Amino acid sequence: MMLSLGPYASFIVTSYAAAAIVVAILIGWVIIDYRSQRERLRELERSGVTRRSGRSAVDTP
Amino acid sequence: MTLTDLANPTRFLALSARVLPWLAAATVILLTIGLYQSATAPDDYQQGATVKIMFIHVPNAWLSMFVWGVMSVASLGTLVWRHPLADVAAKAAAPIGASFTFLALLTGSLWGRPMWGTYWEWDARLTSVLILFLMYLGLMALWRAVEDPSRAARAAAVLTLVGAINLPIIKFSVDWWNTLHQPASVMRMGASTLDKSFLIPLLVMAVAFTLLFVTLHMAAMRNEILRRRVRSLQMMQASRVAFSSEVGTGSREENASKGVA
Repeated sequence: MMLSLGPYASFIVTSYAAAAIVVAILIGWVIIDYRSQRERLRELERSGVTRRSGRSAVDTP
Repeated sequence: MTLTDLANPTRFLALSARVLPWLAAATVILLTIGLYQSATAPDDYQQGATVKIMFIHVPNAWLSMFVWGVMSVASLGTLVWRHPLADVAAKAAAPIGASFTFLALLTGSLWGRPMWGTYWEWDARLTSVLILFLMYLGLMALWRAVEDPSRAARAAAVLTLVGAINLPIIKFSVDWWNTLHQPASVMRMGASTLDKSFLIPLLVMAVAFTLLFVTLHMAAMRNEILRRRVRSLQMMQASRVAFSSEVGTGSREENASKGVA
């Protein structure tokens, strides 16, 4: 099925492409930030720094 | 599980690990349905195919205000109830809200050019949404400017609550002032003025984007909790290093004084 977007196709396509890019950046930011924080916590635990409770800061119960 | 239980960051992390995959899956399914319905929706008799921009512009515009509303409730949680996760929720929501507001402005501009003949007009609705976007950026800058998260949280909470005054201004700007922007056609007294062929895809896309926000917000909150754990462990590490160096210096001085004696 071909979409017929008429004379203003570039405006419509740009809108959807911009939304896709911004959402992809948000998802990427959340994933990269999560991996980065977990890695930093692992490094700290490897260097012998632990939480007062003694539980791992990386793993969730 | 009650709200009080969720005040415990460890319990929140456990909950987010269980819930996030389901939320992500529901978001993908609803977005797919919404995009399909948007693509197959008929052209408007006046606007032609440009009406398809509405299906992403309107959900983003709704969310730009909704996210500030969520941040305002979280700010009350910080200032009044001192809920441990309230400022985490507020901080995590700001970049997501700023992104939705940016998309609302950009897609609105791209819709305005073919329909109004201009990308931008300094009218009440557009200007008040631009102010909302700038407030999001200001809030994010404030969070970064103050190093101690609890001090930053109180300042950010006050700014967020003051900024909430802008929400009714945005909502009613099309009624209070003359503007190029059309008046409310979905959320209004009485029935929606939109035809079902446009209303259904619009509502599906609105729910899909709301689910996207909930998913991203929960993931960003989880990241913020982990970031604070990193910070507290780093401070613990720094204080241990400082203590051991103090002890080392003290014992050297003691030895030196014994040697002199």
